[in-house]
Amino acid sequence: MKPAYEKPVIKKLHNGLMNKFGYSPAYARKVRTDIDGVPVADLVEKFGSPLFVYSERILRQKYRQMHTAFSTRYPNVVFGWSYKTNYLNAICALMHQQGSIAEVVSGMEYEKARALGVPGENIIFNGPHKAQAALETAVREGAMINVDHLDEIYALERVAQKLGRQLHVGLRLNLDAGVYPQWSRFGFNLESGQALEAAKRMKYGGKLVLSGLHCHLGTFIMDAGAYARQVEKMVAFGCELEKAFGYSIEYLDIGGGFPSKSRLKGVYLPPEVALPAIDEYAEAIAQALTKALRPGDFPKLILESGRALVDEAGFLITTITATKRLPDGTRAYVADAGVNLLFTANWFKFNIEMDREVGGVNEQSVIYGPLCMNIDVVDESVLLPPLSCGMRLTVSPVGAYNHTQSLQFIEYRPASVLIGERGEVDLIREAEDLADITRRERMPKRFAQEEVG
Amino acid sequence: MHKLSRLAINEEGFVFNPTTGDSFQVSETGLVILGKLRDGHSDEAIAQALAEKYEVSLEDAQRDVADFRASLKNLNLI
Repeated sequence: MKPAYEKPVIKKLHNGLMNKFGYSPAYARKVRTDIDGVPVADLVEKFGSPLFVYSERILRQKYRQMHTAFSTRYPNVVFGWSYKTNYLNAICALMHQQGSIAEVVSGMEYEKARALGVPGENIIFNGPHKAQAALETAVREGAMINVDHLDEIYALERVAQKLGRQLHVGLRLNLDAGVYPQWSRFGFNLESGQALEAAKRMKYGGKLVLSGLHCHLGTFIMDAGAYARQVEKMVAFGCELEKAFGYSIEYLDIGGGFPSKSRLKGVYLPPEVALPAIDEYAEAIAQALTKALRPGDFPKLILESGRALVDEAGFLITTITATKRLPDGTRAYVADAGVNLLFTANWFKFNIEMDREVGGVNEQSVIYGPLCMNIDVVDESVLLPPLSCGMRLTVSPVGAYNHTQSLQFIEYRPASVLIGERGEVDLIREAEDLADITRRERMPKRFAQEEVG
Repeated sequence: MHKLSRLAINEEGFVFNPTTGDSFQVSETGLVILGKLRDGHSDEAIAQALAEKYEVSLEDAQRDVADFRASLKNLNLI
């Protein structure tokens, strides 16, 4: 029998140079042969590559962990599943089965939630663009609407006028909780008095009743204390509204923004070290609420977490289709999935795992996607042993924002599967084909080509 | 090949370039290729030799020899 083959590698030795970040030793390479017990090879054989894979086990576990963290510290907690994070029907249905209501930010997402059987009163309607027709439908169906700007107040007043009744709405705030850059483009600013003016305008109009406050600080917030400051300000503002206008604030929607165990580019420490546990966030928020609220007053606490629940449950399997050596000597690979499917590659450094042990020295390598675009880079610097064409890589965590932002650009969008808790694999979205790309196109008659031959 | 012939190479895969003072670590198969390049073998013959000696297809071996040659060029060793 012939000896095993290891690809030829020559590496320059650098002695005595200081390197703050160090290099992964040879044994640090990552191998993943299965996802929740289902072999990567079997998944690709059956559903093709690339392939989005979601783990029901992780999704439910994350939900339970987070819900327990908050509900054991505060008596009135509601989760609103952030549709934009991942609105595959199966994922949304699973979240609703766990007990989440829906949080949507567009007419399309609203329709999606309704089509999934979510009643209007279990939908939170946020976002800067709510078309008049969508607003009217949401009002008629009893959705919770958080007002983003003054023109939406006018729009809602028109709906109230049409229906001949007062409407209960929430007000979206933006405020300084020590998170910079501050997200000030959504809602009404608290510190400048803009939010108070909006409440005054509502009272004056007489058609809208303010019954909730909403505020979403941003995304991937790594400071639990920021939420405590946010909650304190929201409660204080609620008290001010009660005093000034007689409004009774029934819910505090503190948004989401809780991080997943993903690694932001430029952050030296691994996420397990750099990020607070979800219990730390829950503790900070519950303590701030307890301190700020009147005794016995427990308004509904709404959380719109998306990333923290789904990101780690999502994987993308991709295949190496070519190997290259760049002019500067860097090893390069072309994979069949790129930024068309991994939008968050712009900000996050993914965990990249090989489907088998590979011999050879680790090299600084770059992984390109399949697009004929210079920007299509999955990882510009990853230590990998020499890989061969046909090898599979599993990229994670990619459950949040990657599928919803995936592009019908140059390549077809791939299939998505969900691995159940007993290891069953369900296709939850088929791979696309040409019909998905061209179905909405119309050809003017004068361009119609005659069949050749 | 002139540059290659000057290299000091030991059987553990340590390579020293006395002209520049640089040192390198080369893998087992890389060592085989280096030796055959120094002996003046063609890329095709080297790939053939790899495919005969190791569990690798001729196509993969050809690809790897070309890639290894590119690395040597990049390191200014050929």
